[in-house]
Amino acid sequence: MEQLLQLFIFVPLAGFLISFFFSNKQEKYISAVAFITVGSQLLGLTAFISFWLISGSPDLNLKHLVFYKEGNIEIFLDFFFDKITAVFGLAGALLTFLVFVFSKFYLHRDEGYKRFFNTVLLFFFGYNIAIFAGNFETLFIGWEFLGITSFLLIAFYRDRFLPVKNALKTISMYRLGDICLILALWMSHHLWHENITFQKLQDTAAVSSHIQDHLPLALFTFFMILLSASIKSAQFPFSSWLPRAMEGPTTSSAVFYGSLSVHMGVFLLLRTYSFWESIFVIKAVIVVIGILTTFIASSIANVQSTVKTQIAYSSIAQIGLMFVEVALGWHTLALIHFAGNAFLRTYQLLVSPSVLGYLVHDQIFNPTVKETKSYSPSVKKIRNTFYLLCIKEWNMDSFLKQLFWNPLKFIGKLFQPLITNTSLILLSVIYIGGLLFFYFDDHIPPHVDEITHLFFAFASMILVLVSFAEKKSPVKAWILIILSQFYCVLSIALLNDEYQFTEIFMYAGGLLVAAIIGIFNLMRLKKLENTITLNDFYGLAYSHPKLAFYFLLSCFAFLSLPFTPSFIGIDLIFSHIDKEEYLLITFTTINFLVLELAVLRIYARLFLGPHIRHTHPIAYRSS
Amino acid sequence: MTNKGFNEQELLHALKHYLPSQTPLKDFIHHNSLHAFQKMKFYDAIFKASAIFGYQVTLPLTDFRTLYKIGRIKESILEKIIRDRKISNLENWKDKVLFKTYNEHNDYRIGKLRANWKKIYKIDLDTAVQPLLFRILASYLDQGVSVWQFPEHASGLIAALQEIERNNYISIFKTSRARKLLLQPDISITQLLNIIVGKEEYFNQYIFDQQFSHRGWSGMVSTLEDKPASLLDPKKISLNDLLVFELILEIDCLEHETKGNWQPLASTVTESPVDLFDDPQETELSEILKIWQDAFEWSYYDEVLAAMQKLNTQNRSKEPSAPLTKSFQAVFCIDERECSLRRHIESLDKQCETFGCPGFFGVEFYFQAEHAKFYDKLCPAPVTPSYLIKEYDVSEKRKHDLLYTKKTHQLITGFISAVTFGFWAVIRLVQNLFSPKMSPAISNAFAHMNEQGKLTIENKDINDKENGLQIGFTIEEMATRVMGVLNGIGLTSGFAPLIYIVAHGSSSANNPHHGAHDCGACSGRPGSVNARVFAAMANHKEVRKLLTERGITIPDTCQFIGALHDTAADQIEFYDVTELNAVNAAAHKINYSVFDNALDLNAKERSRRFASIDTSDDLKKIRKAIKDRSVSLFEPRPELGHGTNTLCIVGKRELTKGLFLDRRAFLNSYSYQLDPEGKFLTGVMRPLGPVCGGINLEYYFSRVDNYKLGAGTKLPHNVVGLIGVTNSSDGDLRPGLPWQMIEVHDPLRLMIIVEHYPEVVLKTIQSVPEMYEWFINEWVHLVSIHPESKKTYYFNNGEFIIYEPEVKEVRIYKDVNTLLETAKEMETNHISDATQENLPVYLQSEI
Repeated sequence: MEQLLQLFIFVPLAGFLISFFFSNKQEKYISAVAFITVGSQLLGLTAFISFWLISGSPDLNLKHLVFYKEGNIEIFLDFFFDKITAVFGLAGALLTFLVFVFSKFYLHRDEGYKRFFNTVLLFFFGYNIAIFAGNFETLFIGWEFLGITSFLLIAFYRDRFLPVKNALKTISMYRLGDICLILALWMSHHLWHENITFQKLQDTAAVSSHIQDHLPLALFTFFMILLSASIKSAQFPFSSWLPRAMEGPTTSSAVFYGSLSVHMGVFLLLRTYSFWESIFVIKAVIVVIGILTTFIASSIANVQSTVKTQIAYSSIAQIGLMFVEVALGWHTLALIHFAGNAFLRTYQLLVSPSVLGYLVHDQIFNPTVKETKSYSPSVKKIRNTFYLLCIKEWNMDSFLKQLFWNPLKFIGKLFQPLITNTSLILLSVIYIGGLLFFYFDDHIPPHVDEITHLFFAFASMILVLVSFAEKKSPVKAWILIILSQFYCVLSIALLNDEYQFTEIFMYAGGLLVAAIIGIFNLMRLKKLENTITLNDFYGLAYSHPKLAFYFLLSCFAFLSLPFTPSFIGIDLIFSHIDKEEYLLITFTTINFLVLELAVLRIYARLFLGPHIRHTHPIAYRSS
Repeated sequence: MTNKGFNEQELLHALKHYLPSQTPLKDFIHHNSLHAFQKMKFYDAIFKASAIFGYQVTLPLTDFRTLYKIGRIKESILEKIIRDRKISNLENWKDKVLFKTYNEHNDYRIGKLRANWKKIYKIDLDTAVQPLLFRILASYLDQGVSVWQFPEHASGLIAALQEIERNNYISIFKTSRARKLLLQPDISITQLLNIIVGKEEYFNQYIFDQQFSHRGWSGMVSTLEDKPASLLDPKKISLNDLLVFELILEIDCLEHETKGNWQPLASTVTESPVDLFDDPQETELSEILKIWQDAFEWSYYDEVLAAMQKLNTQNRSKEPSAPLTKSFQAVFCIDERECSLRRHIESLDKQCETFGCPGFFGVEFYFQAEHAKFYDKLCPAPVTPSYLIKEYDVSEKRKHDLLYTKKTHQLITGFISAVTFGFWAVIRLVQNLFSPKMSPAISNAFAHMNEQGKLTIENKDINDKENGLQIGFTIEEMATRVMGVLNGIGLTSGFAPLIYIVAHGSSSANNPHHGAHDCGACSGRPGSVNARVFAAMANHKEVRKLLTERGITIPDTCQFIGALHDTAADQIEFYDVTELNAVNAAAHKINYSVFDNALDLNAKERSRRFASIDTSDDLKKIRKAIKDRSVSLFEPRPELGHGTNTLCIVGKRELTKGLFLDRRAFLNSYSYQLDPEGKFLTGVMRPLGPVCGGINLEYYFSRVDNYKLGAGTKLPHNVVGLIGVTNSSDGDLRPGLPWQMIEVHDPLRLMIIVEHYPEVVLKTIQSVPEMYEWFINEWVHLVSIHPESKKTYYFNNGEFIIYEPEVKEVRIYKDVNTLLETAKEMETNHISDATQENLPVYLQSEI
């Protein structure tokens, strides 16, 4: 029975791959592939669940592909099935199926028809990996796919400014969540000294006693998980990205932000419940976050004057309640609540255009009654304050910007003057020095050895930050990113004496190919366009769609997506960092946090947004 | 408007002139998107608008060249156009037209001054200011989306904001300077501009830059200031308030971002102020584009004129046959979507006769549905009626849809709905996906008026008034209106026993733009009440008496019947059928099946453009599929609206009967014989510019620049405050037509073809300056067909000159169904593919 689990991963993957083989005009085939893929997933899952229920609904675990094994580090895919997977799997397949049927007609003759179906199928694949995941590594892969497909669908209308801007905003939040998950994964390695599966976590007694012995490590892990879940589910104070993510076709907004993607935080909490159920403080924090979110989001929902943002906030409020339900252990209720909320919000988003006709008609018969009640000055003042606070979304957007992004940008700008073309050459030379260090490790005095890796990790972080702040040359920004990644891997290598050249190559090898393709693309673009900078959006996907596609692929290599071996590399890097290496983990975390944004920023600035040449209709910035 | 001596009022006036004037979507009224430039010649106007605002105003050069390659633009016509424009040097110009490369980049004027903030201070004011600005505007104007109302609303936006700011623990702004400015009594645009821009000579340019960075919202505010009645929940707003608030927000942002360390813009910019409205330099490229546009248009017109000439000569050579006894007559709206239905009805019943007349049927009034708290205007937008028709005796209850309740957005009720409604929602979704049917949330054309209800049509006491409107029409007023219509369409004798007055409306699901599919002559609503009112008037005994006195004798046996045709679902509903006498009731049964069968054929004809339907399928199946589209949530094209409209033909039906015009022609019945001096013609032609021309130009501009002048694709649209749509949470309103409505449209100007003597037509159009403007400025083309010689005269630079069609051979069709089944369906919606779906004109072979 366990063996069947992998089917539910393969089917979506096969569908995604097959859907690539058609051209945009072959709408019938494209939609048929999607229809059959998700339809058979739905049927298969229904049959499987019936069978599973008859067999007494046991928890199933399947250890799958082992990517890497070295000492006590083992990285493998693992699949798991219990009632949480069942509910999320079924609801996901049903909603995706319905949305595909809807989209078949809805997207007719859209120039991104194929792009839409490809991306949603990829999303469906990622979603299933995440919910069938049996360990954090597998979950993380799915998690990453959700992020990147979100980016692609928010920026679906890539020739306009706002979708691109908001896609970057969303992915930056998602990335923050991903990094939290990586940190949780990293700490859990140190906590369990193995790549623990969710099945093992079900053994509540053993887990809680182990946790009590290592409470600080466990707490760190939980908070990272909680943070990751809160971001993915747009909980306070991470809510403001969700309404802004509704930029793609209504159908993709419905399936992503109305239902599946946004409930993944709830899933993560449910999945890890046995892990933290014995710790009161975690439960208390979750309840507080949930209640706070519910209160704030539903009050913000009340002042929304656009239909989609109203749905977004009311959905966030319900998810807040779900957090509370999960923390209190009412899991059946949470699962029903999840399914009901996902269905309701998907429906509401899909019919959101009808609201105009329906409510205007309604108003003709039941006009709005103006509030004429007069309040005492102090009540009035409180009411106005609260209203304004809600209109401003409790300043969540600017709060996050100031807390996270502005400091990072500031550091990047600070170091920018230092990174000139000469210093780049110098840095390359130093790098070779570093390699020699690594090679002749035994001959290096220990006190030097102890700080060299920190130097490289720090330099690596700075390089990414400078690349992120680079306003002019995209080639320079790209080179900085490449260099930073080589620095990063070397810093880990220098730290760990058992680190092998093969491991370096594992990470760097995949990147190198992507880096070269990227440079080649950028050079070619520079030749075609004369001047390209990172100061504005160029929208060059319009005139060079192929270059845009290849460049995007090379960007993916840096996003730790399983397109290149690098994605194991990132796992390895973290598993080599000791839990006492505070500085190293900080540098590396910031590095990975900014890396994806720096990479996608180059892609977005050059290829997305309104086309730079006004030889054809161009969208307004504000549209 | 000059830059010297800044004047606030002048600026506001000029702004209002250029901003889009689309009202909230519930009242969708088509109009020329570049109405501000209508005082100029078409080409001068569009290229000027383009140079100022960056609009794309024709197809791009490459697209024209592709159209030429695929034969859609004809070589002979292209050469003729070049010859007409550049008499010498044909080859040289032809070479330029076909091959020369031009720099097509449009370096337009708007936005340049304000862009300096980003250059100098690295501040993106738009991104910083607009989200909050739009949010507050939308919340203030909201018509019923949000659960909590805007806390203050009584006396205008600024007053309301001052009230909120004063009574608040936090501030709208980030800095105290902005706060003080808002609270300063009588704060003016000039004061604020002095702070932010500094020098008067830049003021106008700055404000235009600013307001056109979000023309959607600015246009909406300006329109609502002028037409406050277009909001059901009244809100007081003015452009002045918007400007003041936006300027304060900008100051707030600059103050905050630079920590108070900034200078007025004029003190830092180096370039001198630009007069945005200077005439642009004529370029060779614009000359080339004019040639292409003309050639594109005339490649189509030429065939139409040739076919009409051929048909007319055929008709003339025929012996005038003895007048048949007519089975019935049917008066339709002039709407080009009725053109095919009329053709099918005539083909099924050779003895019937059809007419076209603007779809409010000459009766202008407000309508109040039973229990409704508001009036609906049912006549062309510029008319202000002084009559009211009230509905009463409606027994049917209005239905609700629980899934649309706002309670789902609140905390506790939201929870309850999620765990209950949620599961119901998924069932509803499955139902709608696999077996769509009508529901209360779908705009239903037939629900506009209740079929069983009664109407207050007759006024017996002129003191019977409500809110200054007379309830119903007096006998005299009825007679005048009935007479007006009958004279206009040339139906003053030879009445059939049954005369149908067929209005139209459109049902569609999930479509904020549904008003754009309804009847334009009824202010974007179904015309059912008008049809019913007209029929009742024409049936009135006293009215008939008066008509007889005035020379129109309608036999007592003749009865009028109102009806409504749903142009999306292809359904029809007849009103007051019980009033028919026995003979007519029996005849109606037969006629009903004629209508029904014609609707089958009409559905088939429409289905050729819908990928979801196979045109050669069984008729009833197609009809069902067409009906399903109108109630399917997932269908962004329930119908194609006025897409492809290009012609407007004023004259007798004989002029076009036998032509296949592919639903591209507005057909207005008119008899030159009844009106030798053109007395009625003025009334007939006057609305054609604003109504048909307005529709045509809105489609034209939304087609050539769907990004700036259209609403873009419907798929990401988000309904705001029940007044408009945006693309996202922080975006600007999108006026204009969405992409799904215009993709089949060929951007050609309207050609009005009138059957009358050229000198009479000339005299008629010159009699009303506003009407003349449409023609002399070439926003629509005008052709007169000489009633005797049948020769074609084209109106050019103030005079009619004879036009000889280039095409000698006219395409012939035998059977319309074969024509439809073999027609090509577009592969992509790029113009070079899309245009191939539009069939040329065909003449029916004489059997």
